[in-house]
Order: sequence, then structure tokens, then C-alpha cells
Amino acid sequence: MHRAIFPALFAAGVTFLLTCLVVGIRLEQEGASLTVVGADAETWGWIAFAVIGVFLVQLLQQPLQRLRQRLPTADITGLLPNEMLLHRLKPWLIALVVSGLLVWPFMVSRGAVDLATLTLIYVMLGLGLNIVVGFAGLLDLGYVAFYAVGAYTYALLSEYYGLSFWMSLPLAGLLAAVFGCLLGFPVLRLRGDYLAIVTLGFGEIIRILLNNWTSLTGGPNGIGGIDKPSLFGLEFSRRASEGSQTFHEFFDIDYSSGHKVIFLYLVAVLLVLLTIYIINRIQRMPLGRAWEALREDEIACRSLGLNPTVIKLSAFTLGASFAGFAGCFFAARQGFISPESFTFIESAIILAIVVLGGMGSQMGVICAAIAMTILPELAREFQEYRMLMFGGVMVLMMLWRPQGLLPMKRPHLELKTS
Amino acid sequence: MSDNLLDVSNLVMRFGGLLAVDGVNLQVKPRQIHSVIGPNGAGKTTVFNCISGFYTPTDGTIRYRGKAIHRMSGHRISLLGLVRTFQHVRLFASMTVIENLLVAQHRHLNTNYFAGLLKTPSYRRRQREAMDRAAHWLQQVDLLDFANREAGNLSYGQQRRLEIARCMVTEPGLLMLDEPAAGLNPRETAELDQLIMRLRDEQDIAVLLIEHDMGLVMGISDHITVINQGAPLADGPPDQIRANPAVIKAYLGES
Repeated sequence: MHRAIFPALFAAGVTFLLTCLVVGIRLEQEGASLTVVGADAETWGWIAFAVIGVFLVQLLQQPLQRLRQRLPTADITGLLPNEMLLHRLKPWLIALVVSGLLVWPFMVSRGAVDLATLTLIYVMLGLGLNIVVGFAGLLDLGYVAFYAVGAYTYALLSEYYGLSFWMSLPLAGLLAAVFGCLLGFPVLRLRGDYLAIVTLGFGEIIRILLNNWTSLTGGPNGIGGIDKPSLFGLEFSRRASEGSQTFHEFFDIDYSSGHKVIFLYLVAVLLVLLTIYIINRIQRMPLGRAWEALREDEIACRSLGLNPTVIKLSAFTLGASFAGFAGCFFAARQGFISPESFTFIESAIILAIVVLGGMGSQMGVICAAIAMTILPELAREFQEYRMLMFGGVMVLMMLWRPQGLLPMKRPHLELKTS
Repeated sequence: MSDNLLDVSNLVMRFGGLLAVDGVNLQVKPRQIHSVIGPNGAGKTTVFNCISGFYTPTDGTIRYRGKAIHRMSGHRISLLGLVRTFQHVRLFASMTVIENLLVAQHRHLNTNYFAGLLKTPSYRRRQREAMDRAAHWLQQVDLLDFANREAGNLSYGQQRRLEIARCMVTEPGLLMLDEPAAGLNPRETAELDQLIMRLRDEQDIAVLLIEHDMGLVMGISDHITVINQGAPLADGPPDQIRANPAVIKAYLGES
């Protein structure tokens, strides 16, 4: 143990220095000059507590590690029913989940439905980024840029040309895909860290562009008054705009603002189901296999006649288009967007969803998206410590289940031998 | 124009100050097994890398069926029908055996995005054909029973055979094998010997082979090129090479 004492002392010293500088002292303004003020006794108490804590953990690292090894590793495969049964029940389970999703909003509060809608947006974003990061193995830190492109596409088309949500949705996906292609073409020859940095820069460029191109995008003031989606031309407002009809008038029921919330939720469910279906199909298509092959061995792929640039580009483009759809829906739901919604932290959260869920695993990503949006809402009192909890959860996950909540299990194509 | 399938003339490859390949010539005729031999570090694999497009040669020309390919990228060369294996096996280890063979048939499959989403009849037919072709080749290399196993779990010899099968499903005109017998036991080497001959005789392809196992090389080659320190040393049929004093000197050292 005496060998551990010096590193432990060192760690405690570093902790002391850092906490002193960050919370122990602060600058206070006195008239025109700044003075350094020390913290109160309680804060110093906490600092001492932290320093001793770090010292003890470092000192007892080995016994603690031994203890951790003795703990059973998390294995949730045992909790799932066996594969054969699952396979047979699959269509029924899907039907059950889908009908549950459709019936559920009519029984709960408006706030819950609203939160569910937000969750579904993150599910879509997570699934989209999963294509790029999980399937193709390309680290993209600027994914939010494509989300922004989708949102602004609808906002601008709606503002300047009066295009409806349903008209803009494919255009938003298409435009985000074009941006993905434009960004991807020059940068996909980079790998790993370099690619991550370029995409990070791209995300910032888009945000700053939106922020400063005031004449078109309204700059930091954003764009407001974006139309909500309509149901075959029926609007969900109290009074119909010229030449159209509202939902409650058409069905001759009382107006309720809840209708709109539920309708938005149902649109989100529709989009998510479509996303899941498409990605599921792609995984089984030659393209999906090519992505995986490329992730495993690029040189072997080239020697077999697969063009790595085109295959990576397809992943990038497809991933971007799903962000575009999500962005378009986000703009319609919010009714107001500004560059503030598309900061780097959004990219980080979406990436965290993919990593926490298990890279490449669709179920995992969906679960992680739900957890990542609902948990902060439940822990509203701890608002200030949100980022701290976020970091803590990440560290714990990496220790406990480095492969993610539900690691990827790719559907294998089987050769049936007769 | 000659009737050569592959025509490499005066190939030079320079890495900075190192002259790895210096004026190598190769003429591979159709339906021939052509071996490239030489001591370690002679530049054999560099020649392979130049032909298959992983390096762009500093000088010289490479023609495949009369078409200049030395400025093309690797995947385009492979689409022309020049497919290679690697000195160290490069399989997609976490994919199954059959999937390895399907990836190789990427260009034969209907890769249209919407066709795949909607499972159109043409998509299904192409997929079935690819599966049949894969099953055929698995049978040829005696791996049919392992079709649904992960490629990384196969034994080394099986992985070698799978790599050859993966090349063959692309229906190449020239198969390039980089030390296929490395790490195989004598029985597996003998099987490989049979397989390569069968490929030449039944599939109407030429094989370009790098190998250290002299028994294998002398037994099956129709033609041998010897490279020493990047430069061509000898070129001819096996008997002639075996008797060539310069080759013996390069391999055994001066006495």
C-alpha cells in the first residue's frame, strides 16, 4: 500500500489546486477594480471533503478494483426470452408496441405527450447518427448541422414560399442529404480523429452562418410563426386560415388544443416507424453489408472492387437525410427556431445516445434516446447538476457496459443448405 | 499487341531514397500459373501492390488485356477482373462466411436503394444468384458446412481457402495470390496445390503467385520470374530456373 501513497498524494494535490482555483476563490467587482475573495467556510469544508475522497480512492484503488471484479458483470441476455420464442412472437410484439404507441396519447396528460414527441425526435436523430457512427464507423461530431439544415429548410420555405409541412418534409431530407454529400466528398478520405474534427467544424460553420446571415435567417432572433402540419389540409388551429378548414370544424367537435399535440405526436410516431423500417431494410441490403465490411477492413474492400468513398458517402448522406427529416419536424413542432437550438451540445447528446445505446444497435439507441430525454425531465430539481449527472452516467456506463445498453446484434443472412 | 493477359514492363517503384522495384517485367499468358519468387525483401509484394493499384508505380507500364491500368485506383482494377489475396489474411472477421462472399459480389447485386427497400423481383433474383454462386464456391473450397459461421472463428487454413473463394466469386480473369501457403501444414499445402491447378484448368483464369514454398512453386508453375533486390534476375519455365546458377546464388549466397 505504501507504493500507492505517492500517486494518491499527487492526485489529492491536483484536486486541491483545481478546486481552489475553480470554487475556492473568485473575483468580485468593487467599483472599477476587481478583488480576489476567498470562499466561505462551508465551501472549504466541501473542498477538504473532495480532496480526502480523492486521496482515499486513489490509495485504496487496488482493493476497490478487486471488489469490483468480484461483483457480477451485468448480463441482461438472461432476462430476455429465448431467441426462438422471440422470433415467433415478433410480429405480435411489433403490433402490440405500435398499437400501444397509437392509443397511449389519448390516455395521458398533454405534457406527457409533448415530452414523448420530443423523445421521438431524439430517437430519429439517434437512429440517423447510428448509420454514420454505428454502421459505417465514421465519427461525426457535427451531426446537428444536418438537423439545422432540415429545420431551416422548412422554416424558410414556409416563410418565403408558403410551402406546407408535407411538401417541405422530403425537400428538407433531400437538402440535408445534399449537404451531407457536399461535406462528405472532400472529408471522407480522412479517418478517425481528423474526420471528427472536420465534422465538428462543419457543425459550427452551419450554426454561425445561420446566426450571422441575418437578412435571410433572422440571425439570433430566429424564425417564428412556422406552420404546424395539417391532416390532409385540415388545420389544428382555433380558426382556419383563408381557404382552408380546421380539424374540429370538419368533424364537428369542440376545439381542443390537445388535438394538435396528439396529432404532432402521431406524425412523429409515423416518421420514427418509417425510419426504423428503412434502416432495418438497409441493414439487410448489400449496402448495409458493405458498410460493415468497410468498417472491418477497407483495404480488403478495395481489393474486391468496392469503392470506399462512395460507400462512406452513402452512409453520410443517408444519416444526414434522417437528421433533415427530424429537423423539419422539429421546426413544425416548435413553431419557432433559432441557431441556439443547434449548438454543439446537441451533437454531443445525440452521439451519447448512440454510444450509450450500443453502437449499431437499433433497440439500444431507441432505449438510450428515451432515457436521455426522460431522465432530465424527471430530475428537474437537479437542473444545475444535469451536466454532472450526464458525465457521471457516461463514466459508469463505460465501466459497467462499455459495449452499450444493448450491443449490436446484426441480422445475419443464412445459407440454407438443402 | 501480344496475347498476354497481363503485361508489366519496366516497372519502377521508389519510396523516397529506397528503390524497391527496379525495372521488373512480367508477361502473364492466359490460363497459366505464373510464379514470382525471390528472397525476402526482394520486392515481390511491392510488385503486387503496384499491379493491384494500392501503389502508383514511379515508372513503367502495366497493361491488363491491353488496357493501361497503372494509374487506376484499386477498386477499379479489381472490377476489371484482377483480384488478389493478401499475405496476411484479410477477411471480414465478424461477418459470416457467406456474408464475406456476398460483400465480394457487391457489383453483381442489385444495389439500387429503392429496389432493396421494396424487395423488387429483380433484387430478389440477384440476391438468390449471389447466394448460389457463393454456395458453389464454398463447395469448391470445401467450406460449405461452415457457411453460417463467423469467418474469424475458422482455422487458419480455412481462412486462406475462404479468401480464395472470396476472390473467385467476383469472377476474375487473373487471380493474384500473395503467399497462399504461408502458415499451412503440408497436407493443407497439398490441397491448395490441387485447388490452384483446378482453378486454372476449370475456370479459365490465369494465376499470378508469390510463394516461398519451392515444392509448390516448382510443381504447379508454368512460368517463373525471379526477382532479387527489386531487379529481375531470371525468367523462364521451372526446369530452367532450377538450373540457373544466378538464382541458386541469390538463394544460397555465394560460396
